[in-house]
Amino acid sequence: MDSRRVIDGLSTVLLWAAGFFIMGLLVFFLAYILGQGLPVLSLEFILSPSKEFEAGGGVGPQLFNTFYILFLSLLFSVPVGVGAGVYLAEYARPSRLTNLIRLSTECLATVPSIVIGLFGLIILVNIMGLGFTILGGAAALALLNLPVLVRVTEESLRAVPQTYREASLALGATRWQTVRRAVLPPALLGLVTGLTLVSGRAIGEAAVLIYTAGVSVSRHFPDLNPFVAGETLSVHLWYVRAEGLRPDADEIAAGTAALLILVVLAFNLLIGVPARIYQRRLLGKH
Amino acid sequence: MANKITVRNLNLFYGDTQALREVDLDIEQQQISALIGPSGCGKSTFLRVLNRMNDLIEGVRVDGQVLLDDEDVHGPEVDVVHLRKRVGMVFQRPNPFPMSVYDNVAYGPRIHGLKNKRRLDEIVENSLRDAALWEEVHDRLFRSALGLSGGQQQRLCIARLLAVEPEVLLMDEPSSALDPISTLKIEELLQELKKNYTIVIVTHNMQQAARVSDVTAFFLNGEIVESGKTDTLFTRPKDKRTEDYITGRFG
Repeated sequence: MDSRRVIDGLSTVLLWAAGFFIMGLLVFFLAYILGQGLPVLSLEFILSPSKEFEAGGGVGPQLFNTFYILFLSLLFSVPVGVGAGVYLAEYARPSRLTNLIRLSTECLATVPSIVIGLFGLIILVNIMGLGFTILGGAAALALLNLPVLVRVTEESLRAVPQTYREASLALGATRWQTVRRAVLPPALLGLVTGLTLVSGRAIGEAAVLIYTAGVSVSRHFPDLNPFVAGETLSVHLWYVRAEGLRPDADEIAAGTAALLILVVLAFNLLIGVPARIYQRRLLGKH
Repeated sequence: MANKITVRNLNLFYGDTQALREVDLDIEQQQISALIGPSGCGKSTFLRVLNRMNDLIEGVRVDGQVLLDDEDVHGPEVDVVHLRKRVGMVFQRPNPFPMSVYDNVAYGPRIHGLKNKRRLDEIVENSLRDAALWEEVHDRLFRSALGLSGGQQQRLCIARLLAVEPEVLLMDEPSSALDPISTLKIEELLQELKKNYTIVIVTHNMQQAARVSDVTAFFLNGEIVESGKTDTLFTRPKDKRTEDYITGRFG
């Protein structure tokens, strides 16, 4: 018997097994979290304010803050992150400076989120005297996501065939016109994937926000003031489990966890599906 | 006939390697000039000098004179964006944008600032007609260009180029990635186009050079060995190396 065939068969089995293991793990997690949490979810739970010491509170303000902080952090990080990515991919010539920029982004990407949280605590909360605020949380979160955005942008632009750039420049387009009209559209799906990645991370992030946006919510709901503390769903989950005094902490935690999963899923579909449709249209598949 | 492009003493270096040596060539108005020679002889590099596409490559240095009409294309006051509008290029592999057929052809006019819908429609139709593609695509203008066949894509790239109304068309082995029938269509198209445009074509295929061109230049190791009327060059080459190449003894 040919040993190459044995190895081929064996590796096929092993790769399948690895794939199934991951799938199984994922299914188990989802089933467990949703199984515990879905029964708790109700319109009232999702919309009503939380209670500190008694049973029956909801997560309305936390849900609102989650999106509000996500929105603000993207507002800060997307222009800078995408801009830097475009610069690195399209404009920067290979040089010490660009290598330094690339190295810095990679270093920044490896900084643990708790460090960014504490950094935010010192700079934003204490030195600048903001206190725990939604704005501070969003800024710290933007810092966390910036390197990922730079990288994803650069990589998705580099994946665009050089021939598009040549074709555009040969027609007398300027560099900016080439980037804007010939390179960015085909790179859009990659950019959107990056955006969902950082958004998912932002929605799930707790360590950064505990020290910058705080663990309490405004008395008013909804409160658009970015200078008040704004606990998010993830932080709430941590808080309820770690120091909550509510009698129904178990249910609230389970419900919050399930809601978090649904929120991430909904968010991914919301921006992922249109991007995919757009991509298919570009490629002429119907 | 008048010279559209005049090249004198052109040298080009990639870093330390010299890719073109003392190249002199006259490219006449409304003629098809073919550049032939073995791989790596510098003919594509030469083509890319004419619209300064080599600017995109790191470490390229050029000296000598390249006159378009009477203006040096490397002159300090030359706007390279404007130069490339006048001297357009078709590449070896068809490279339509991942957009609709219409948007591909309208790309050039749009980047040059044209917004008027009716005028754009006209340009798109005329350009596609001039590229002999209109009949095949008029009912799928708003579907992706990537759904066309290779030969259609290449004619679309020609249409896209014609839409910016260039004066010179540079073609870098435009049919090397195409089947014989598509190749024939491109060659017929070239005969139509030369009534209005000056065409420079790089080709590996000597029959193609003999069929389509008025003037041929033979490149070898970065130099022009011989250039002249295509009939003469192919029937009575002056240089032994030209003769060896066109009779298939090397290359």
